[in-house]
Amino acid sequence: MLEHAGSGHSAGPLGLADIFTALYFDVLKHDPKRPDWEDRDVLLLSNGHCVPVRYATMAEAGYFPTKELLTLRKLGSRLQGHPERTRLPGLENTSGPLGCGLSQAAGVALAMRMDNQLHRRVYVVTGDGELDEGNNWEAIMLIAKYNLNTITAIVDRNNIQIDGPTESVMPLEDLKKKWEAFGWHTIEIDGNDIEAVIDACVMAKAVTEKPVVILAYTIPGKGVDFMESDFHWHGAPPNHEQAVKALHELRTLGGKIRSEHE
Amino acid sequence: MNDMHLLDINGELQAEPIRKGFGRGLKKAGELDVNVVAACADLTDSTQMSLFKEAFPDRFVEIGVAEQNLVTVGSGLAAMGKIPFVSSYAAFSPGRNWEQIRTTICLNDRPVKIIGSHAGVSVGPDGATHQMLEDIAIMRVLPNMVVIAPGDSVEAEKATLAMARDRRPNYMRLAREATPVFTTPDTPFAIGQAYVYVPGTDVTICATGAMTYQAMLAVEQLYKDNIHAEVIHVPTIKPLDAETILASVRKTGCVITIEEGQAAGGLGGAIAELLGDEYPVPLHRIGMKDRFGESGEPDELLHYFGLDAKHIRLAAHHVVERKK
Repeated sequence: MLEHAGSGHSAGPLGLADIFTALYFDVLKHDPKRPDWEDRDVLLLSNGHCVPVRYATMAEAGYFPTKELLTLRKLGSRLQGHPERTRLPGLENTSGPLGCGLSQAAGVALAMRMDNQLHRRVYVVTGDGELDEGNNWEAIMLIAKYNLNTITAIVDRNNIQIDGPTESVMPLEDLKKKWEAFGWHTIEIDGNDIEAVIDACVMAKAVTEKPVVILAYTIPGKGVDFMESDFHWHGAPPNHEQAVKALHELRTLGGKIRSEHE
Repeated sequence: MNDMHLLDINGELQAEPIRKGFGRGLKKAGELDVNVVAACADLTDSTQMSLFKEAFPDRFVEIGVAEQNLVTVGSGLAAMGKIPFVSSYAAFSPGRNWEQIRTTICLNDRPVKIIGSHAGVSVGPDGATHQMLEDIAIMRVLPNMVVIAPGDSVEAEKATLAMARDRRPNYMRLAREATPVFTTPDTPFAIGQAYVYVPGTDVTICATGAMTYQAMLAVEQLYKDNIHAEVIHVPTIKPLDAETILASVRKTGCVITIEEGQAAGGLGGAIAELLGDEYPVPLHRIGMKDRFGESGEPDELLHYFGLDAKHIRLAAHHVVERKK
């Protein structure tokens, strides 16, 4: 997708692939044939630049044909470079400018509470670099104030942002203690372990006295050795040769298995 | 009284802050529609949301001093079918949170109702930091956004009820200071409509917000100067009622605009664009001219910055002369 588009973000979406797979194929109550289903769970993407992984997972889940994925970032496409809710059914929010997902989640959860729809859950995926944005902390306080415990936040803790490692651009640690000091329950997991993601989401439902944040430690560029943990891949797409090599690695688990696609 | 059902401008008029009408309208809107909800950034009494909060405590959200969160929570509430009214001072909302409004409300196309109170220099002693002058300009350029500036508290109440029924993102600016009430419950109001409050032949005066009252005062004075001014009240700056304005301008051949904010990009900007595109005639824009306000008493400041009937009268002579 990204090679075809010729621009876009590589590392974040690859690192989030396991989380999105867990969400769409296990955790979320949703129906790809009825994106407006009134009892669905709501998944908000705060770090809009990672939307390629959401598009790919939505297509695999049956929201739209997988061949449409190659229209990413092209004129007239429903798959905008950053997600636009009004263009593609199944997206819940328009995002790209960072730091807004948690606030939107707060509004969604407040509305659900007013309407006594407590069987529905709200998931919000945020980046870690995006936690530099003050808007997040306004929302983190509000969600704790009203104990909006139908919200599960998932932070993609991949330690990189555009200008470099998060801890040199703007240190976030001790991130766990920060969330806890703001009144949240924290769960730390390996975000590239699908089972761990599912387990944490189940555990989050059981915690009702506080909202829950899952700090998901992921490897940016996961599965492609020349991309893994290299911040230069944050905002860059692969060229053709790199894309062939990357897909080979992903499809064969780094040469360990044979792929049906090759 | 005339067909606009206005009170006699020279009669004894009651004065009331425009924001009070918003407070009454919001409570009524809440009674009419269970989906109307409200959120405020630590200015609940001041922005007149307290009536709604008392009536519907479960539908009110106190956000704290966090205007970015205020509008973005509004976006989330609207995503679930709510009609959220979110209020603060205009200097902070939309002053501080423009990008959140752009992305999560306008591009995302959610019907959030943004209420900016304490707009204009008539905020008074608080000074320039709190006298929002750029709100019309920055909201007017956003696709999908509707921009409303009611002329008195009676109209603000009607505007609030109309906003609750409108499916688009809306911004409404309100003034702090008591403003003479000269419209009545029978005076028409619809979003997107401008109204000829006084018919005339020599110059069109387009006014918005509390400045319409000043235009009404100026008409009386101009009559003595043998200039028959037509006053158009423009409570909706976007979408602009081009039809009503152009019909007037084709008759009078010159225009004055007046607003309590930056003339650049504001009502003056909007009408300059309309005339430039459709019917160029002499135009005189009254408003703040690329400068900030300062502390002072409201009336004193309006006079100091030339936002009153006296300056409209001078401008009318000037612009009528330019027709020749």
